[in-house]
Amino acid sequence: MYNEYIEKLRTDFPLLNEKVNGKNLVYFDNGATAQKPQVVIDSLNNYYTKLNANIHRGVHTLSQEATTKYEEARKKMQTYINAALEEEVIFTKGTTDAINLVANGFSRGILKPGDEVIISEMEHHSNIVPWQMACEQTGATLKVIPISDEGELDLTAYQNLLSDQTRIVAITHVSNTLGSINPVKDIIALAHKNNIPVLIDGAQSVPHMKINVQELDADFYAFSAHKMYGPTGVGILYGKKELLDELPPYQGGGDMIKTVSFQKTTYNDLPHKFEAGTPNIAGGIALGAAVDYLENIDWTKIKQHEDELLAYGTAAIKKIPGIRVIGEAKHKAGVISFVHETAHHYDMGTLLDQMGIAIRTGHHCTEPLMHRMNVSGTARASFAFYNTKEEIDYFISSLNRVLNMLL
Amino acid sequence: MSIKQAATEIIEDFELFDDWADKYEYIISLGKELAPMNEEEKTEENLVKGCQSRVWLNAKYENGKVIFSADSDAIISKGIIALLVKILSSQTAQEIAETDFSFIDEIGLKEHLSPNRSNGLAGMMKKMKTYGIAFQNA
Repeated sequence: MYNEYIEKLRTDFPLLNEKVNGKNLVYFDNGATAQKPQVVIDSLNNYYTKLNANIHRGVHTLSQEATTKYEEARKKMQTYINAALEEEVIFTKGTTDAINLVANGFSRGILKPGDEVIISEMEHHSNIVPWQMACEQTGATLKVIPISDEGELDLTAYQNLLSDQTRIVAITHVSNTLGSINPVKDIIALAHKNNIPVLIDGAQSVPHMKINVQELDADFYAFSAHKMYGPTGVGILYGKKELLDELPPYQGGGDMIKTVSFQKTTYNDLPHKFEAGTPNIAGGIALGAAVDYLENIDWTKIKQHEDELLAYGTAAIKKIPGIRVIGEAKHKAGVISFVHETAHHYDMGTLLDQMGIAIRTGHHCTEPLMHRMNVSGTARASFAFYNTKEEIDYFISSLNRVLNMLL
Repeated sequence: MSIKQAATEIIEDFELFDDWADKYEYIISLGKELAPMNEEEKTEENLVKGCQSRVWLNAKYENGKVIFSADSDAIISKGIIALLVKILSSQTAQEIAETDFSFIDEIGLKEHLSPNRSNGLAGMMKKMKTYGIAFQNA
């Protein structure tokens, strides 16, 4: 029985047993950050208790052990996402940092006036603003793929936007606000026909699916540890070696150099070229622990469970008078964004919190998307594999109670 | 009625409730009772900074008293600003300029508001106090 399987997985996440405002926590804000299994918490604790030393430079034992663990985490990630080479896995601060690394690199020597960058209407601000900045600096132009009322990319419009001027396509795999799963494999294939590289924002896909970067043929794939049950403050930029080699370094400092003199500095090889300064060592190692955890779960069962949660929750919430679901793409991950015809999303979120239910309200860092969908914001319930139908039942009855209070 | 007296009345009202839902029902009812704000007062300038929802606050000075008007697109925010208006409207500029808003803690409002809302609350209090200070010199 897969329900027993989910119940078993739940026990790995200690925070799910906490009470909030005197009620059992129902954590439906997984799109913002996921809870951590005990093995990840233990890894962080163990690092600072037993292993703390700076990496890559020390001759002493602790430094070498910490370096080994940190580099092991990189190898684990390489295997997990099926990158061809270890040095194609760059540690960053998170998805935002990873996208900035690429956009910043493109703004220094690659983008020229008249060039074009393609993004979409459903992007998170962190896959809009870095490209806007790069375009402002270089005189390139941002082109935006429109979406349908259901929240699906207009692929015909996308093909029409691809041109000889396009230098890069940057698209989210899963929309944080709508939950739409974009056909990134097709998007990448279409761009490659024109020899255009593609960056995929994977922040919202990694909690729900196992990513195979070579199968997708992604040129860059950016994601955060904290959304895939790992710690905050660490993320990954996967990039194909030949493209990463072309990009100039992002930040200067220690670890990213070969030799430094006042006349000329030469840069280190990949991946260190992009990893200036002491990294989040504890975070990197704990991300390795999160990968170990995810390697051992049954993704088939989890997909079935998450699909059921989404269908069950969507059907139930649609029965509530006045509620409208924002984002009804055919392929969706566990996200239900909704508005009420009169009740404000902040009011709903505030009162649900009093009942121990954590959801997110507002524009979800997707202001252009809110504008497109003609709403000022939404309330968003986002699920992870440890959520249950019982929690959805409680959420729906609580939402009914909230609406009774507000109307 | 002084600020202290007006606040005491509301604190006493809140003391009747022991359950969060009743407190919120009361805040919501304050919002519903708030006198409507003229549409032309709902300007960018009158928006309170730091609120998740849109909260407008305006004030005029009449016969030595500060008269506040306010509105919000979210009913709880509207209730919170209505509570502040109930206590501070028709007070003298000096009283408003000098209030330390200690009644907020006594009502226990902060523990029932998310951090973002608390920020909104701070913005509301700051804007009201700024009006008091400005009218003091009028």
